[in-house]
Amino acid sequence: MSENELLEEIERYLNGEMTGEECDRFELLRKENADLNSRVTEHKHFTALLKQYGERLEVEKRLDAIHNEIDVHALKDELTVQPSWVVQLWRNHQSKISVAASIAIFAVLGTLFFTGYLSNREQNYVRLRGEVAKISKKADNINDKLNSLNRPGKVSNPAKFRGTGFALSSNGYIVTNYHVVSNADSVSVQNAGGKSFSTRVVYTEPQSDIAILQITDPSFKNLNPIPYSIRKSESDVGENVFTIGYPGNAMVLGPGYLTASTGFNGDSTAYQVSIPVDYGNSGGPLLDSKGNVIGIINAKQSQVEGAHFAVKSNYLINAIHNIPADSLNKSLNINTHNTLAGLSLKQQYKKLENYIFLVRVYNQ
Amino acid sequence: MSKDLNNGIPADTEVILGILNNSENVLKRLYLAYFPMVLRLIVNNNGNEDDAKDIYQEAIIVLYNKVKAGDFELSSKLKTYIYSVCRRLWLKRLSQLNRYAGDIKDFQDYLVVDDEIENDRERDIAFNKMGNAMQLLGEPCKTIIEDFYIHNRSMQQICENFGYTNSDNAKTQKYKCLQRLKKLFFQQK
Repeated sequence: MSENELLEEIERYLNGEMTGEECDRFELLRKENADLNSRVTEHKHFTALLKQYGERLEVEKRLDAIHNEIDVHALKDELTVQPSWVVQLWRNHQSKISVAASIAIFAVLGTLFFTGYLSNREQNYVRLRGEVAKISKKADNINDKLNSLNRPGKVSNPAKFRGTGFALSSNGYIVTNYHVVSNADSVSVQNAGGKSFSTRVVYTEPQSDIAILQITDPSFKNLNPIPYSIRKSESDVGENVFTIGYPGNAMVLGPGYLTASTGFNGDSTAYQVSIPVDYGNSGGPLLDSKGNVIGIINAKQSQVEGAHFAVKSNYLINAIHNIPADSLNKSLNINTHNTLAGLSLKQQYKKLENYIFLVRVYNQ
Repeated sequence: MSKDLNNGIPADTEVILGILNNSENVLKRLYLAYFPMVLRLIVNNNGNEDDAKDIYQEAIIVLYNKVKAGDFELSSKLKTYIYSVCRRLWLKRLSQLNRYAGDIKDFQDYLVVDDEIENDRERDIAFNKMGNAMQLLGEPCKTIIEDFYIHNRSMQQICENFGYTNSDNAKTQKYKCLQRLKKLFFQQK
């Protein structure tokens, strides 16, 4: 039997065109011959697949015909959701915008970094002793002055730190801030006339930031009686106050107000005052309008204008009482007689000038 | 049937009966009813109108085959079913094209229809192979095979169309063609 004849037989069998007798014979043959059997099955599947394939093509043709009747473009325009212009701009220029944004961010961060803005954001409590090394120009000025003022033969280093102090008694006791003189090798004071005197640190009280100095220089002559007294009770917020100090090399008057009865972060040992002060004002007296010392200027809040702090005067009185008797070689009597009351600020300043000192601190 | 029913969106049961009865009218109304929905899905998710046509027709064929095979159960609205199949097919296409951005903008509810599509995959591959084999077969074999096995024409008609003098010649030709087609079909991987 040729291949074609075999195929024809299979087809006739599958299509049911065989007579009953032929069919029986063929089925018997199928049972005996496994090869024939598999060919029958294969042919059946293949023609079925061919048939289905034809049907699929037919359906696709019909669908295509239907599809061609639709105006797809009009429908598409109608159905497309148009994103907002911002989104379109973003899609069209995404890469350019990204690059531009990265550069901008980098530039901003770079600028902030190099200007030190990032490292110094927190509000801080800044001691107001003048750090001379910070400002080299000023340091040079001080150096020049020092050299011209010093007695011949004495060689002096430029001061490392600077502050203000004021006299407690006419016999040479001076008060300033502890932080001004801490770690000092030697301390000297300079009066309004430009004369320097060497001093020793008699007593310090770090917790209230107070230090008591005594002028030990033989050239020192006793001062006139102290014109101000030290106030024992607390002063009220809103009071007119002023300070005198050495933010630079010259004595500067700073008028202002008492603005809070507590200091930095609610510190009850200090007042907050609104007074123009700068580094170097530390240790200066805070006086009320009657000329009573009510505090000692000691710090300010960085990055906030007009928030300065002063140690309350009752802590100064306590500190004086706490000085061990054997560290005083002269008597220290606090003046209780105020001769400044009723004077104008101008007159008070003139009277006070001689009792305010520039404190210079030397260390390695 | 009223005129309205002839033109509007066909009822779901009507569609199933229509497919079983090979109704041209129902198929057309079905096609026209839901194409805008699918076009909207595709064009708003990184596709164009041709993609929409491909995907939609594939989905209709999935439905068509299931109905014909008798294992289609209408467990939801037909509209939802077609949308879900199209959505699934389009997601698959997008990931094949590496255009899938991770999210798809949906316009209505959908069902999970993964199995429905997987079942059709093997058949699609076989049809592709058959299509290729038919192309390689060339004339007149292709037409003879189509006429006899697909369109169910008799050998008599085929003889007349091709001018064969006797039907035995035509038969021999037909079997030769079928052998070649089988060979071409099974050669493909």
